[in-house]
Amino acid sequence: MAMLHTVNKSPFERSSLNSCLNKSKEGSSILLIEDAVVGALKGTKVADDLSAAIANKNVYVLGSDLNTRGFTEADILDGIKTVDYAGFVDLVAEHSNVQSWL
Amino acid sequence: MATITVEGKEIEVDEEGYLVDLGAWFPAIATEMAKIDEVEMGDDHWDIINFLREYYEEYQIAPAVRVLTKAVAKKLGKEKGNSKYLYELFPYGPGKQACKFAGLPKPTGCV
Amino acid sequence: MSDGIKKFMFVNTKAPYGTVYALESLEVVLISAAFDQSVSLVFCDDGVFQIANNQNTDGSGMKNFSPAYKALGDYDINKLYVEKESLEERGLSLDNLMDLTYEDEDDDWAEKPSIILVSRAELADLMDEQDVVISS
Repeated sequence: MAMLHTVNKSPFERSSLNSCLNKSKEGSSILLIEDAVVGALKGTKVADDLSAAIANKNVYVLGSDLNTRGFTEADILDGIKTVDYAGFVDLVAEHSNVQSWL
Repeated sequence: MATITVEGKEIEVDEEGYLVDLGAWFPAIATEMAKIDEVEMGDDHWDIINFLREYYEEYQIAPAVRVLTKAVAKKLGKEKGNSKYLYELFPYGPGKQACKFAGLPKPTGCV
Repeated sequence: MSDGIKKFMFVNTKAPYGTVYALESLEVVLISAAFDQSVSLVFCDDGVFQIANNQNTDGSGMKNFSPAYKALGDYDINKLYVEKESLEERGLSLDNLMDLTYEDEDDDWAEKPSIILVSRAELADLMDEQDVVISS
């Protein structure tokens, strides 16, 4: 079964999203939480990297963390799915393992 | 944790007498806190308490005394928007004491 | 300056909520206003997210402290410099930021915008003019 990767730091400040994108396998899932949710926004300098990831990985963002920072589903890249806390739990249960990029 | 009893309910307060749960406030709490501080609440007191609660609702902070004074002057008139008047109503300080009665946290920067 | 008033600049570079820097800096700023100094704020790098519009913490249960930035005008803090390049790198524009204003005492209390959009180079010059720069 595939791996679930979580990232919780802003990609504009830390390189953990970049490391995650480089080291996650095709078919794996990436969930952006906490400050990392801003990486999902449209038109940013990391948008191309994420768009490339969406092509062969599942990318998710935690909706409540997105709303907390003033953004909604309309503001994020096409192909990134929004999940709630229950969806977060489902993702953890559905994957063989979870790797947290801090 | 310290408590005060208001209308038969136990209300949690911190070591300085400020409400622990801001959402637990109701008017009789202000009256009880005032009684403990030996302040008799009148309409003028309530004007300030209500003003502070509205300010907190809008900005999520308890205003500094200087800001409170200026804002009260604008809303309730110059004769009320001065520190002498406010200190007469709340002898321990309009920031510290009125915020306490209003169920707000201690104003940032008050020691 | 000879009148004892110093120019303080608080530089906010971190996103809110994930760490406590933004909230702590805001508290220091509000306290500093009691000392009658000349205070300005900068929002650059991820700091621009601190003043993003429409912050809604209902789902996360955190305290939404963004309304407090609207009170800065009451504290006579009305120079909020926002770095243009930081907005662009994050796919943002001024439309994504809160409408932060102050009332100008010298102009019949006219409401004026507090946010000043500046370039990275202009910001470097502004920092150079300060007596004290505090970054977080």
